[in-house]
Amino acid sequence: MVFRSPGRSFAFPRKSLVFAGAAAFGFLCAPHVVATASASDEMEIEISIKDHKFEPAAIKLPTGKRVKISVKNLDPTPEEFESSDIGFEKVIAGNSEATIRVKPLQPGTYIYFGEFHMDTALGHIVVE
Amino acid sequence: MLAALVIVFREVLEAGLIVGVVLAASRGVHGRNGAVALGVAAGILGAAIVAIFATRISDAFDGRGQELFVAGILLFAVVMLAWHVVWMAEHAREMTMQLRKLGSDVAAGTQSLFALGAAVAIAVMREGSEVVLFMTGIVMQGKDTSTELLLGSALGLLLGAGVSLALYLGLAAIPLKRMFSVTGALVTLLAAGLAASAVQQLSNAGLLNIWDTRLWDTSWLLSQDSWSGRVLHVLIGYVDRPTGMQLLAYALTALTIFGLAYSRRAPPVSRQNQSSARA
Repeated sequence: MVFRSPGRSFAFPRKSLVFAGAAAFGFLCAPHVVATASASDEMEIEISIKDHKFEPAAIKLPTGKRVKISVKNLDPTPEEFESSDIGFEKVIAGNSEATIRVKPLQPGTYIYFGEFHMDTALGHIVVE
Repeated sequence: MLAALVIVFREVLEAGLIVGVVLAASRGVHGRNGAVALGVAAGILGAAIVAIFATRISDAFDGRGQELFVAGILLFAVVMLAWHVVWMAEHAREMTMQLRKLGSDVAAGTQSLFALGAAVAIAVMREGSEVVLFMTGIVMQGKDTSTELLLGSALGLLLGAGVSLALYLGLAAIPLKRMFSVTGALVTLLAAGLAASAVQQLSNAGLLNIWDTRLWDTSWLLSQDSWSGRVLHVLIGYVDRPTGMQLLAYALTALTIFGLAYSRRAPPVSRQNQSSARA
């Protein structure tokens, strides 16, 4: 008979189950998975958005410091503050403020932009 | 106009791909269309509410509100999708046989329909809130170009829905024999990708600081900002610069769902046939 069982949806070796279990166990037992950075080792900077442009549009940061960026959107329209180099995106409503926390960065140049106004809202962070 | 079209298209596509995959994965479930329609409606309503309270959500918890909120709904979606995959694995055989012989649907419990609708609602709510914010921005600007921008947005919406529909039809065209394996695996990877995104949100909020350095960078090969990169990000959770914690969340979620679905899958048909022949 050519009728083959159609439902072998998840024919995976048992080994992967054991591994999953072990990984889950390891995950639960890993110490301090959740650690909040204390305020003292955090730098704070401010960026404002006006007429769909960043001020400042160029920022220098030291290597290996946590940074808290306060973004003030002074335009009445929303903006999506984003950086694929650093790995965040956040919609900021018009006339409001948002906080972005950036992990310690390696030396290099990181671009950030406003996704709703890509033609004007551009900036970069130089880490050295 | 093109910018508006692209932005709305992208957001609609991101939600639509999830809806398309989930729809295909639940082919043959009675009440599926209703659950998905309800999910989309709830998602749109949720998107409007989230957009209205965007600033308040963002400001909550010392500016960590948006990240916590998004991480929360993503993890909820992961649970819903996992639930759905496991339920489908339990019923895949039954469903394949019904679809093949009678073209009739398999009655599903209200719980599995809830999981289905909830996953859809979250996908729509998350991406939809950005569309709502973007479009209210256009209206508020009140320039001469707003009609053009709104037209672009409407086109983007249609286009996004069209591509999602194409994906669904493509998946639905897979031979029944393989369809539930393919869609089950796809929903699993999709859920794993969402779990990794949730981890990134928590990391961005400064609440998950271990293993948060990048393991590798494949943006030169396939950038996550490119169209194919974005589609793969939604469908299988592709990330061009993953952290250790993201990888762990991805692997753990995928293995857990695969494991659960495997252990609870329906017994092979041949054995069923033999026992029924003997009885």
